[in-house]
Amino acid sequence: MEMTARGLWTLIHGMGFGGLYLLACSGAIVELWRRYSPSAVASITAGDEIFFRVYLVAMAALAWLAVLSGAYVVYPWYRAVPPLGTADLHAFPQRLLMSSPSTVAWHSLGMEWKEHVAWLAPISISMAAAVFIRYGRRLRNHPQLRNTVLCFLFASLVAAGVAGSFGAEIDDHAPVQGGQILHLVHGGKP
Amino acid sequence: MSQTEISAPTVSYDLPNGPGAAAILSAGIGAFALAVFAIAGDKIAWFQKMMVFYKPTGPLSGVTTSAIVVWLVAWGVLEGWWRNREVSLGRIGAVALTLLLLSLLLTFPPLADLF
Repeated sequence: MEMTARGLWTLIHGMGFGGLYLLACSGAIVELWRRYSPSAVASITAGDEIFFRVYLVAMAALAWLAVLSGAYVVYPWYRAVPPLGTADLHAFPQRLLMSSPSTVAWHSLGMEWKEHVAWLAPISISMAAAVFIRYGRRLRNHPQLRNTVLCFLFASLVAAGVAGSFGAEIDDHAPVQGGQILHLVHGGKP
Repeated sequence: MSQTEISAPTVSYDLPNGPGAAAILSAGIGAFALAVFAIAGDKIAWFQKMMVFYKPTGPLSGVTTSAIVVWLVAWGVLEGWWRNREVSLGRIGAVALTLLLLSLLLTFPPLADLF
């Protein structure tokens, strides 16, 4: 079983940072909705508060790692320009998608949207983390603040979902490949 | 009840809402700036060229970095203004959410292409 270094980076970017962020996002929304509602009766301990602070900071780190690894590690491989006269475009995903009318929209719509909308996630979650670090359990006293942060969290879920979905489809149609071959498992006889 | 617990919401505002409002509005401004820079980078040749901060990534590097700078500067300025103040959070939240919604829509290529 083998995989290329670029394929591994794409996996780390999408399934690692991006996938984990998406999983964590719904948890944060539920926690903020349920525990920090002004009408919630269950008590919030200092431990709960610390846990949620760490959770949101970890989410912010995941979101930043996802967009930074996407923009500065994977994207340059995706948009690489082939030398003139190159017939096999498999090492040039953007050009491969643009070479056929049946796949061009994966770039012109999918990648063009994904590469920008994804950045709304780290902005939103960093804001949410900063607000929670500052207010903590006192958010119960600021329902408007909590509700607006919730809307931003939901928007970040949508943004990350759009980026993740298009990213998976784009990688399916024109995977980022190349670089060093990594031998993951040495198989036996076929 | 221990000091680390609360069992019901209180009505006393032990922290002003200004810092929260500053964080929210600046996030909306940053998100909107991202959409505006993305459209400008797509439509205006000289701006696109100017946005290439890191050649392998192309204009995306400048568009996103500039939006982040706008966001953080706006945050710093608003935080300075509202640090110890109670502000109209309903109105500020509505503006921030409108900017966020616009940024979600304006980054969608078929809508961005209308400009």
